Amino acid sequence: MKSLFGRFLLRRLGLSLLTLWLVSVVVFLGAQVLPGDPGRAVLGPLADARAVAALNKELGADRPPVEIYLSWVGGMLEGDMGQSYAYRAPVAPFVGEALLRSLKLVGVIFIIVVPLGVGAGVVAALNVGKPIDRIISVASLSLTVIPEFVSAIALILVFAVILRWLPLSASWPDGAGPLVQIEHLILPALPLVIVLFGYIARMARAGTIEALSSDYTRTAILKGLPWRTVLIRHVLRNALVPTIAVIAAQTGYALGGLVVVEALFRYQGIGNLVLSAAKAKDFAMLQAGILTIGAFFVIATLIADCLTVMLNPRLRAELGK
Amino acid sequence: MSATSDGAEAATTSPPAPAPTMRKERTTLGILMRSPAFLIGAAIVLFWAFCAAFAPYFVPYDPLADDLLNTLAPPSAAHWFGTDQIGRDVFSRVLVGARDILTIAPLATLLGTVLGTIVGLVMGYFGGWVDAIVGRLIEVMLSLPLIIVALMVLVALGPSTPTVAVVVGLVFTPLVARTVRAAVLSERHLDYVPAAAVRGEGALHVMFVEILPNIWPPIIVETTVRLGYAIFTIASLSFLGFGVQPPSPDWGLAIAENYGVLVGGFWWTVVPATVATASLVVGVNLVAEGLQRAVAE
Repeated sequence: MKSLFGRFLLRRLGLSLLTLWLVSVVVFLGAQVLPGDPGRAVLGPLADARAVAALNKELGADRPPVEIYLSWVGGMLEGDMGQSYAYRAPVAPFVGEALLRSLKLVGVIFIIVVPLGVGAGVVAALNVGKPIDRIISVASLSLTVIPEFVSAIALILVFAVILRWLPLSASWPDGAGPLVQIEHLILPALPLVIVLFGYIARMARAGTIEALSSDYTRTAILKGLPWRTVLIRHVLRNALVPTIAVIAAQTGYALGGLVVVEALFRYQGIGNLVLSAAKAKDFAMLQAGILTIGAFFVIATLIADCLTVMLNPRLRAELGK
Repeated sequence: MSATSDGAEAATTSPPAPAPTMRKERTTLGILMRSPAFLIGAAIVLFWAFCAAFAPYFVPYDPLADDLLNTLAPPSAAHWFGTDQIGRDVFSRVLVGARDILTIAPLATLLGTVLGTIVGLVMGYFGGWVDAIVGRLIEVMLSLPLIIVALMVLVALGPSTPTVAVVVGLVFTPLVARTVRAAVLSERHLDYVPAAAVRGEGALHVMFVEILPNIWPPIIVETTVRLGYAIFTIASLSFLGFGVQPPSPDWGLAIAENYGVLVGGFWWTVVPATVATASLVVGVNLVAEGLQRAVAE
């Protein structure tokens, strides 16, 4: 069994690396090749041709694209993400710091949304067709489609301006403890909680309904197991497997939503880093930021796939075929 | 796979109907007309579509005209929703603000649906290595958040209305392709497909004349769902400064320009555009949900 899982892991790891490589090509094409002449893009249409050529030389953009790509990837593998044009400094420390901040925000988001979404989905599934199920289903469906900046405005108005319960700013004073940090992150987390809640609740509801109507649940009930045990050991364990995949896939989505939320709350995370780099046409920073987000997503998917297989004995058995 | 109770009812009340498709369509429409969620959604969407088309002809003020002696005025009889930071009438701006998003989003959706349908048909029909390679590329595109891919391309090309529509359309293509591919796979092994091939029809004919007419329900549903996400994405891009450009009264743009004064208590500069965006997105999704249910029944 162990070697089977090992083989699966190896194959899955290979696929992830392939995806990651393709992502790097896409990012490179988007950030380096598509702008055509980076020097011209930075300096504008009125700049002197010699200044553009000099800047391109400084950026290393006067070389053939393949050479630029190889030196970029080579640098990445050694931990060198290139030089920021806007800051005249190496990119890597900025990306590292921003990623850490974003991970804190994503952490707060998931601490709130996972129990809430899974709980709502299971409650809805146990009461299929009753008013509570209808309320949860309609709420999750309509909340999911509201853009983050729209719900953020409503939340700011209610919790920061009118009630004054939560701090408006996402940045905490220097040296603040974890509790103060979390307090500052709740308001920025809520818009993404609202969007993700619907996806997770719907998956958990569908998974639970399927598990409830299955043969093994009927067997467990007929065997005379207490309802609590049936629910926890048989229903939830099977229902939550597909939900984990959704949560992982939504992590990638959450990173996209972070751009909007971090800009709105002026939080210096990876989303804001990508946005500022985009506005400043700081291509090295932009590339590094986007590739980091892609890598994060690929890793999250990989972890989810492994968890799915580990939690589901049937999938484990199928690996043997 | 249509509902069994439906078939049983038909068998007891009338002899086999000569035109079952007609009856099916009538029930689909009937289901939609009896769904309050669908009707509310359709009413909201029609209201904003009407504003997008005609609001410039009946709003009380020019949405672009500033009035520097009357900035940030609270709602009053003269200015129902007050004025913004340079004295523009918020009520007029919100109604006219439907125009850009309701032009770009449908164009982007149309482009994404057409391209996605072509790619999905090719993937599903040919299968094999074509399917494997394109499928891998789709997975790569989807492993970057859509808004970030759009951002990256818009930085390179510069934001303009047609560019935004094309970029969002392209970003949606893999999502539509995935849905269409799944639909094609469920049709491919039905008798009419090999029959057409035996008749000597070419691949293009089989894909577009034989298979496509049979998979329109999932495509219609996918299109409506995509329209909702197109509005979501384009509004977000405008908010970030990479979508609709000033001085348009576009909602995302209006929120970006004014949310800084929210803390000062000038809520009327932001709240109308917020409610407008939320209502439009929810309206489109109620329609999409209604269609999805009607097609499934």
